[in-house]
Amino acid sequence: MANSSLANAQIESARIVAANRRTDLLMASIGILVLGIATLLLTSVFVGLLASGWDRLINPDFYTHFPSRHPQQAGIISAIVGSSLVMLVTAVIAIPLGVAAGLYLEEYAPKNWLTDLIEINVSNLAGVPSIIYGLLALGLFVYAFSLGETILTAGLTLALLILPVIIVATREAVRSIPLELREAAYGLGADKWQVVRMYVLPAARPGIFTGVIVGLARAIGEAAPLITIGALTFIAFLPPLPVQATPPFVNFDWLTSPFTVMPIQLFNWVSRPQAEFHVNAAATGVVLMVMTLAMNALAIYVRLRLRRLHR
Amino acid sequence: MRNSTKTRVKLLMNEMTSSPHPFGATRQRQDAQPEPVSAPALRAEVRNLDFWYGATHTLKSVSMAVVDCKVTAVIGASGCGKSTLLRCFNRMHDLYPGNRYAGEIQLYPEDRNLIEMDPGMVRLRIGMVFQKPNPFPKSIFENVAAGLRVRGVNGKSLLYERVEQALRGAALWDEAKDRLHDSAYGLSGGQQQRLCIARALAPQPDILLLDEPTSALDPIATAKIEDLLTVLRNTVTVVIVTHNMQQAARISDFTAYMHLGKLVEYGVTEKVFTTPQSPLTNDYITGRFG
Repeated sequence: MANSSLANAQIESARIVAANRRTDLLMASIGILVLGIATLLLTSVFVGLLASGWDRLINPDFYTHFPSRHPQQAGIISAIVGSSLVMLVTAVIAIPLGVAAGLYLEEYAPKNWLTDLIEINVSNLAGVPSIIYGLLALGLFVYAFSLGETILTAGLTLALLILPVIIVATREAVRSIPLELREAAYGLGADKWQVVRMYVLPAARPGIFTGVIVGLARAIGEAAPLITIGALTFIAFLPPLPVQATPPFVNFDWLTSPFTVMPIQLFNWVSRPQAEFHVNAAATGVVLMVMTLAMNALAIYVRLRLRRLHR
Repeated sequence: MRNSTKTRVKLLMNEMTSSPHPFGATRQRQDAQPEPVSAPALRAEVRNLDFWYGATHTLKSVSMAVVDCKVTAVIGASGCGKSTLLRCFNRMHDLYPGNRYAGEIQLYPEDRNLIEMDPGMVRLRIGMVFQKPNPFPKSIFENVAAGLRVRGVNGKSLLYERVEQALRGAALWDEAKDRLHDSAYGLSGGQQQRLCIARALAPQPDILLLDEPTSALDPIATAKIEDLLTVLRNTVTVVIVTHNMQQAARISDFTAYMHLGKLVEYGVTEKVFTTPQSPLTNDYITGRFG
């Protein structure tokens, strides 16, 4: 009697273990399948672009020439310089503003309905279509502030676009710092700013950095808002150099220079009827993807390094 | 045994008095004079202290004394308010909204109510060690130096001097001296807790608060911390919260027993444990309750 109930219990538990194993196997197979599809799609896009753009990619002229009516002579130098300068303006404006706003909301703002409202709005802003930001920038920066269709306007527009991403990332990073760490710092008599500067910011740095790179990677691929503010597609000159031989040795004229960026150049070429321009477009696409991947790689590297320093 | 402890205390004392106090306050150490005969000097006194977490009344008219350079233990069952009381001493409750105090914690010798002082000012003078070791994700050196840096001490030689002194004071110097610039996370749990004690000692606080400092540690690490507290006694004013009655009996000079937010009994440790006045205390220390 006792023996048979023991045997029954053993059979029963064997059945449960076997069922669990089957479920695990099923979930793992589905996971691998989904992952495979996603990776395959991404790789095929990249390989496709690489194959179609190969002839131009291996030609150094492609990187040093201005756009041209002749597809064989057209290059992306103005787009590369334009994208770099616009990203510089975007980073200089969006990073300090976003980090400061995130810190304020998480550390200093009183916990009331107004803060909640701001929080909800900021999160929603991260999901607003980029062309809406373009319309805002057209009305505000181009017309109201008369900044024109310049690198400065583009940088400001993209800064607005990625500000919510940086704010949200900063808040998450700051929020994830354990309470014990804060209490330890406050317990030593540190005031709020000391706690933030000496303990919260250093510990939150990897998370903030990730948010910044995700934001910048999004900004570098944006064409719509910049077309809206009136970016040109055909730029046969470079902005003035930021350094000069005569005092004061630096100038900011480049900020007010017209510009084009990589995604706009790509869009322009791909909409031409001639097939040769499509080769240029594919090559530009590869360069843009490599730039984005390089930024992500940098983010991962810096994050790992900061983490190691921090442990 | 007793004698050797005393000489260690004396040595420690000499080290500690040789450097200036961060605020220039001169402190009366009992050891500097012959054994006190009169009533012991008070470092702080709690008078009719009430505390609310939102609507929950967690401390009910608590009154007790903290004697200078003695160890005062607060014991009681979980949820009796002993940690809440301890965290009133350095105004930790002010970090969170909805908490409210009423009553006084007088600080001596200047006789000021710390409940009415600026919380930052209070925390600059009263150090705290928490239940779980919580070193900063920095080097051992920077952990101990943290409190000094907060106070604007940045001179390298002074920092080194004070860090060594604090690590010696926390009986961690021999284990840490060759790895001062390694991460504090490389230390064991017990070492981390002693590091936290060194960190709290480095700025030479008026009172050192310990919130169940050994509850996350194994028996050997616990014994080391208890030894350390025995050495610190007579040089630092310590208030320790513990759920471990034997620990309170071993290391404290005075004991307070709390029950449901009220202070039931307070007195010299030996008396509280041998001849408790209240039947509640008696039940608790004999293990019938808690």
